[in-house]
Amino acid sequence: MKYIPATPSERTRMLRSIGVRAIDDLFNDIPKELRLRGPLDLPPAMPDPDLLAHARRLAGRNADCDRLISFLGAGAYDHFVPSTVAHLALKPEFLTAYTPYQAEIMQGELQAIFEYQTLMCELTGMDVANASMYDGASALGEAARMAADLTTRTRIVVSTAVHPEYRQVLRTFTSHLRVTVDDLATTGGITDPAAAREAMTDETAALIIQSPNFFGCLEDGEALAKAAHDRGALLVVAVADPISLGLVRAPGEYDADIVTGEGQALGNALNFGGPYLGMIATREAFVRRLPGRLVGRTVDTEGRPGYVLTLQTREQHIRRARATSNICTNESLNALVAAVYLSTLGRQGIQHVAELNARKAHYAKQRIAALRGYRVAFEAPTFNEFVVRCPVSPEEINRRLLEHQILGGLPLGRFYPDFADGWLLCVTESRTRDEIDQLVGYLEALQ
Amino acid sequence: MSARTRAAKPPAAPPLSKRPVPVIFERGAPGRVGYSLPPSDVPEAPLDEIIPTAHRRARPAALPEVSELDIVRHYTALGRRNYSIDEGFYPLGSCTMKYNPKINEDVARQAGFARLHPYQPEELVQGALQVLWELEHDLAEISGMDRVTFQPAAGAHGELTALLMISKYFEDRGEHRTTVVVPDSAHGTNPASAAIAGFEVVEVKSDRRGNIDLEALKTALTPQVAVLMLTNPNTLGLFEEQILEVARAVHNVGAQLYLDGANFNAILGVTRPGDQGFDVMHFNLHKTFTTPHGGGGPGAGAVGVRSHLVPYLPVPTIERDGQRFTFDYARPKSIGKIRAFYGNFGNLVRAYTYIRSMGPDGLRQAAETAVLNANYVLSRLRDHYDLPYDRVCKHEFVLSGRRQRDAHHVTTKDIAKRLLDYGFHSPTIYFPLIVEEAIMIEPTETESIQTLDQFIDAMTAIAGEAETNPDLVRGAPYETPVTRLDDVAAARKPVLRWRP
Repeated sequence: MKYIPATPSERTRMLRSIGVRAIDDLFNDIPKELRLRGPLDLPPAMPDPDLLAHARRLAGRNADCDRLISFLGAGAYDHFVPSTVAHLALKPEFLTAYTPYQAEIMQGELQAIFEYQTLMCELTGMDVANASMYDGASALGEAARMAADLTTRTRIVVSTAVHPEYRQVLRTFTSHLRVTVDDLATTGGITDPAAAREAMTDETAALIIQSPNFFGCLEDGEALAKAAHDRGALLVVAVADPISLGLVRAPGEYDADIVTGEGQALGNALNFGGPYLGMIATREAFVRRLPGRLVGRTVDTEGRPGYVLTLQTREQHIRRARATSNICTNESLNALVAAVYLSTLGRQGIQHVAELNARKAHYAKQRIAALRGYRVAFEAPTFNEFVVRCPVSPEEINRRLLEHQILGGLPLGRFYPDFADGWLLCVTESRTRDEIDQLVGYLEALQ
Repeated sequence: MSARTRAAKPPAAPPLSKRPVPVIFERGAPGRVGYSLPPSDVPEAPLDEIIPTAHRRARPAALPEVSELDIVRHYTALGRRNYSIDEGFYPLGSCTMKYNPKINEDVARQAGFARLHPYQPEELVQGALQVLWELEHDLAEISGMDRVTFQPAAGAHGELTALLMISKYFEDRGEHRTTVVVPDSAHGTNPASAAIAGFEVVEVKSDRRGNIDLEALKTALTPQVAVLMLTNPNTLGLFEEQILEVARAVHNVGAQLYLDGANFNAILGVTRPGDQGFDVMHFNLHKTFTTPHGGGGPGAGAVGVRSHLVPYLPVPTIERDGQRFTFDYARPKSIGKIRAFYGNFGNLVRAYTYIRSMGPDGLRQAAETAVLNANYVLSRLRDHYDLPYDRVCKHEFVLSGRRQRDAHHVTTKDIAKRLLDYGFHSPTIYFPLIVEEAIMIEPTETESIQTLDQFIDAMTAIAGEAETNPDLVRGAPYETPVTRLDDVAAARKPVLRWRP
């Protein structure tokens, strides 16, 4: 077995050193009746060439986004990933390293996280960001708990334009706490500040919105922040696709209190839903309630700059039952991917790619809106996703498009039953004008 | 980094790895770019028409302005200041740092897995669903559980998932149980997860053999107890010898028995948690099934359950209907969703690849060799450090640096830092909390006797240095990119981001 170096003679030598006769003697502490008598019922070991062929066959039973032209978003985005990302973030020095508990030999990882934290702060316009959470949905769950903690209040108001799966996770995360979650209906695809004001009480810990939201629309962050703050509640903003922040207002610019998001779009592969990257950032004043790992800058005994994990008394391995969160393993490698991606694009690139998304999506939206029977569902400005109402069921449209290797948008009826003709489309910079025109052409022909 | 020893004389110029690396924001120059994207190919509409100014950023994000080579050199320099499995030995107890096979990466990075959108129709992802379905059945067989969910992203996330399922199970039975019992040797995540799931935590002490104290446990097991969270082998590296009595006592009061699967690597193919009486467990795929740790994640914290808890699994489950695989969301008793989509799929593919490459005999051999390696290192270090629990260990064991502290004022932290000079990552220290000056060593099965001997020699040499030259150990490390860092200053005035 190529992963296990011990040879039979080495085993014998080691057993002798230990002072036992056989390996079985090392398992005498396990009650006899609990020891398996035969081998596990698993397929036999596969030699590498067979295994690779087997894996290729399995992968070949999937139609991946290299083979399809994808207009599917809804929380997972098909963006172009520069070659630097795979080559740098996946170096074995990062890939096979452990959590940087021994700071002196992990300065590379620690500095990379410190830079990631800085990039997240810059992107969101917030003061502090942690080293990552599991994904966008669980980050939102943690933010809700953090808000309840900070305000010592017990109600959460969440816009129904927040990703439906995130709202489900939010409910699971708070189901056992003394926290209730109230849905807030939307008007014209966005959260109405007056309705939000109405929905909040003196017990509301947070108003949760997403922007761009699940329908692709940009929320009126400023008015919603004011509505929340007037009630003494916090504004929690989830960001659907953080690339939008190359162009649209950063939540920090409109006074958000906690910003979360799904960082997959920042250089991470689609991966059939994971591993992804939960982002969370907040105000300086809230740092001690922030869940998860943090890296800080300090100096060594010779005065050289260096980095360490810090404020660890918030964490489970120190504070145990009184920790701010139980998060231990996070998504460091995905955070590193995001850092390499953002550094590669840089100040100009993030604006460039955001603009490409907005322009192409806008073009697609306009062209589809011009088709007979189709109309854009909402007037609010959008980034790279938008909803159209269709004359035929979106499921049927998707089936027909697949015949042309086109992966259509998300039929909204799946999550919003009374919105069965709603179709959520995503157009990233990866889509060419030709591909958009093809989509429009097929839609036209389909009528 | 092969075994380094302290240089007699410092070198004339600091080695590359000792030079501080400026942050990426300090590299480059205004206007420099490291990307290449085409101009827009759609008709130009004024940007204000697409996104009105009121919705646009006032100030661009101050991201770096660097060329591609700037970035490549930056991360190459950072990588040189890191320690990883590919570079050297990580005897990190309870973290199971085994080798990460390269074939896993090749398989997981195929476009057919890596480039799948989670909302693609089922008929376009049959291969992915087959991987999930087969992996579920593999893990069920390895653990003796009935079903497995892959949605938790990490072990602690799995703990939370399991506790929420247990809550719902009792709620359905009309029972209101408020308490989670953990041994005093438990991982910090156990009490943290319990608290976050809304439970009170009661700790039970360990006995002199390092098992959970059965009498103390029985006293703690009131009708309010929902679950006992147990790590087995436990964090002392010891198999709970009375596990059957423990399971009986827990079930006698109607409570559930949870396995923290952090130490599962020690018992693969040897014994199964389901047979031991565990009702539910989590697997750390990154510990046991060789998915890389990535500097702190991503992990994957699959949860396995016995049949009575199956209705409460998060949605969706994966079902097989003849040759077709489907998602099942119609599960009325489910706890709902714990994460968007289906879990850390990329890591599940890696774990699947590992299990297929090992087969049943390979997995058992992994456990046996992990235990052999641990007992070998133990047998050769026992005279140099205190050994609080003198038993056959499983895949890890805990020493104490008490002797060095009391006689020479050299702490476990000093020993750990000195080990870095010898070219090794440190063991886990100061955990479990019940051992003073704990040094927790886990070699894993993928390390050779030659590496183990070098590590033993280093640990022995440090024990000698503690006697003859304690100042040397107290001042360590010397050979690392930085010397000991000021944690106190870092926490007192946190600098958590770079500012110009």
